[in-house]
Amino acid sequence: MDGAVVNDLNICVATTNGSGSQSSNTVLYKSLYKMGIPCSGKNLFPSNIQGLPTWYYIRASGEGYLARKDDIDVMVIFNEATAAEDVEKVREGGLVIYDDSGPLPEELKRPQLQYLGVPAWNLVKEHIKSPQLRAKQRNMIYVGALAQLFGIPLEVTKEVLTDVFGSKPAVVDANYLCIELGYKHMEASGASQDIARLEAMPGGNDNKIMTEGNTAAALGAIFGGATVVAWYPITPSSSLVEEMIARIHKYRTDEHGRHRYAIVQAEDELASVAMVVGAGWAGARAMTSTAGPGLSLMQEGIGLAYIAEVPGVFMIVQRGGPSTGLPTRTQQADITLMHQGSHGDTRHIVLIPHDNASVFEMSCRSFDFADQFQTPVFLMLDLDLGMNQALSEPFKMPAEPIQRGKLLDKEALEALEAQGGKFRRYFDVDGDGIPQRTIPGTDHPGASYFARGSGHNEDAVYSENSEVYKKLQDRLRKKYETARSAVPKPLIENSTGAKEGLISFGSSYEPVREARDRLSASGRLTDHLLLRALPLTEEVREFIAHHDIVYLIEQNRDGQMTQIVRDDYPDLAARVQSICIYDGMPLAAGDIVQLINGAK
Amino acid sequence: MTEAARQSQPEVNRLNLSKKEYVGSDSTMCKGCGHDAITASIIQACYDVSIDPMRVVKFSGIGCSSKTTNYFMNQAFGINGIHGRMSAIATGSGLANHTLLPIGVSGDGDTASIGLGNFIHMMRRNLRITYIVENNGVYGLTKGQFSATADLGTKAKKGWENPWEAIDLASLGVLMGATFVARSFSGDRKQLAPLIEAAMMHNGTAMLDVLSPCVTFNDHEGSTKSLKYIREHRDALNEVGFIPEFQPIEADYDEGSDYSVRMHDGGVVTLHKLKDHDPTDRMQVMTLLEQARNEGKFLTGLIYIDEDKPSFAEQENLGEEPLSMLSDDKLRPSHAALDEINASLMH
Repeated sequence: MDGAVVNDLNICVATTNGSGSQSSNTVLYKSLYKMGIPCSGKNLFPSNIQGLPTWYYIRASGEGYLARKDDIDVMVIFNEATAAEDVEKVREGGLVIYDDSGPLPEELKRPQLQYLGVPAWNLVKEHIKSPQLRAKQRNMIYVGALAQLFGIPLEVTKEVLTDVFGSKPAVVDANYLCIELGYKHMEASGASQDIARLEAMPGGNDNKIMTEGNTAAALGAIFGGATVVAWYPITPSSSLVEEMIARIHKYRTDEHGRHRYAIVQAEDELASVAMVVGAGWAGARAMTSTAGPGLSLMQEGIGLAYIAEVPGVFMIVQRGGPSTGLPTRTQQADITLMHQGSHGDTRHIVLIPHDNASVFEMSCRSFDFADQFQTPVFLMLDLDLGMNQALSEPFKMPAEPIQRGKLLDKEALEALEAQGGKFRRYFDVDGDGIPQRTIPGTDHPGASYFARGSGHNEDAVYSENSEVYKKLQDRLRKKYETARSAVPKPLIENSTGAKEGLISFGSSYEPVREARDRLSASGRLTDHLLLRALPLTEEVREFIAHHDIVYLIEQNRDGQMTQIVRDDYPDLAARVQSICIYDGMPLAAGDIVQLINGAK
Repeated sequence: MTEAARQSQPEVNRLNLSKKEYVGSDSTMCKGCGHDAITASIIQACYDVSIDPMRVVKFSGIGCSSKTTNYFMNQAFGINGIHGRMSAIATGSGLANHTLLPIGVSGDGDTASIGLGNFIHMMRRNLRITYIVENNGVYGLTKGQFSATADLGTKAKKGWENPWEAIDLASLGVLMGATFVARSFSGDRKQLAPLIEAAMMHNGTAMLDVLSPCVTFNDHEGSTKSLKYIREHRDALNEVGFIPEFQPIEADYDEGSDYSVRMHDGGVVTLHKLKDHDPTDRMQVMTLLEQARNEGKFLTGLIYIDEDKPSFAEQENLGEEPLSMLSDDKLRPSHAALDEINASLMH
């Protein structure tokens, strides 16, 4: 192992869905986390309950890169069905771990690779009594083998097992037995590898949390004051609401055991959006979470919320589209559908977090934006961000208290009347496009109004008058323009003397950060802007104007974000070039470097 | 006040509101439309039992019927949503604030065609709402197409014959879990107003299928939703009365033919039975409805009632304070709670 790379390792584990490999992979990345080595875990799973192939990527990076790494250093081939294609994916000089309970088929042998076997089936048959448990426990054998080969101490894996299965000591023991079997077998065989070794980095992950974006969004919603959640199960967003269900009762149960929230599984997404509109109109902080197909069904309801000016939060975990597309792969291809959701002219606020800490922060704030702007607000997530394990800074308590915007209660209405004023629901009182609002149950005779999706005047009265309609349309656009100076500003990272710029957003941030370092190492300096919201803010224009060319990296075919940027800044359109990567895989730095190098 | 002065004052109810204060904006329905008569019954009912308009929330979808929530109680909040989604919009609102009195007005297209999925799930959840379907079997605003409640073989004004069987909203309501199911006729305020009064006091889904002839597109010979056809084929199960909480109940009661149910929010609905009918017996009610359907009759009156089933808000275990009115400290967990969460994600 001497001379091997330290703490730079990318392991891909190939198994079958439902075989219990999730627990084994959890033990692996959590062990890395405990050792202080920055790491991430990415699950490439099928749309299936049991039996189809699944891959799990575990990356250890002493330098702190968390994106999917393009090169696979180690491949665990525990799924016969895919083994032939799996060995093809391993980089030259890489290592294949296989179950040598039987001989390795000839066709899996590639001359450039190293092979190490561990008799996983034989070991579990010998040591595990229950035939049902053997298939699951078999996957713990590779954990032990990898631990021995790369330097994960056995006691660390035991600590992780205790964290994960703490309440079930028998499960901890059974799993540990198999890890130990794999470990001891490797040790006794005298096998070694020259790829990398893992060394503890004490304090390396101090004050870093490890979680998934959907969990961060769920917690953000709870801290953001969400009270009504209407949803319909869909991959990859289901775990977001399920995390809320699991966690919210602890914080929102009153002294009589009653709920200060309602989470309703609707009959379809037509209903979930309508419930959000009804709840938002009636004053709740309402939200839904869905993916592309659900968002398609919600379009008409989104239009109602937009024109009737009803707050609501839409957490969209994107997957591969159109139609059913690739339901278990990642993409950023619903940008237009969020930003311009509904028929007719619309423009919506879209918040775009890029890591778990910002998912929490923006999820929390999305409810403030919805109330302040009285409009649908979108939180843009994707499968990579939402369902994969990643490190981030801890969640931060919001600096500001809950913001309800221009919501008038009884006292405010009385004060308004005392000054000779009158509540007018759709009147632009402050010149920012944002009117005042009341909610049902407000005990004041001047509070009520009639909300509708049809044309209406400033007093919420039905109107088909052209001037009235145009004025309403213009005011709604004005709200969007007001939002430009309120939404999160981009994050800008400059290099001295760079003439080229990169723009990334969402889950592309981490691979772009890595790609930028690689480009820089090869002498190509770039500045970087991380886009964090729509509408675009002035900083985006300035960034583009200051560079000869700007590459906008996005995970869709048609450059949807590029279209928005070009539309907003037609004078700068020629400087913005799309780098589109849309194969459904979590973005890797190598893909970006290759395309940018190819671009010029 | 002299007697003369008193007489010159408008009559007021127990909230000191005149009936005029229950009237809304001017109707834009066709002259003679059944929907206007239903609006008048809603106004009458809410005035009579002194419903506070500020506690009422009005819901509607899209269609002629859905415009009518604008024609009563301007002091009530209202939302006119999108086609077919009224029941889901009302469901969301009912979660945000379950202490209000929701009235939804929809049509047969809005409810039974495009909105059927959401409608049956609303009933299944037993959302508190007085849900009135102004049922004329036809699309008015798009000029005369059939809806899902149009009967098999009925003729459209354009001469087309409906090839499909009708969805019977009363049967559907009973089947899907509505806990107050009634049918009436727009022209029968004597029957309809007490049904609305009782429905408003019901803590669950009160579904009122109100036959309301479309005088423009569905009142011709060959239509089974014409004024004449409905008048000839309606068949009352019972005579309905409602005694509000504040009125004494007169003990003139016939054990054999009279029946009364105390409503959740107060008051008593009284039924003088015209047929052998137990409105709490779901099986019997389904049989009666099916028999009537075979005979081509519209059973009217209070058809089914269950005052015991928990409402949606009760099933959701909501507290007294509406979710929409919770103060910030009840919404956002503490800093210590967040510290604990962060710590739990650090291993």
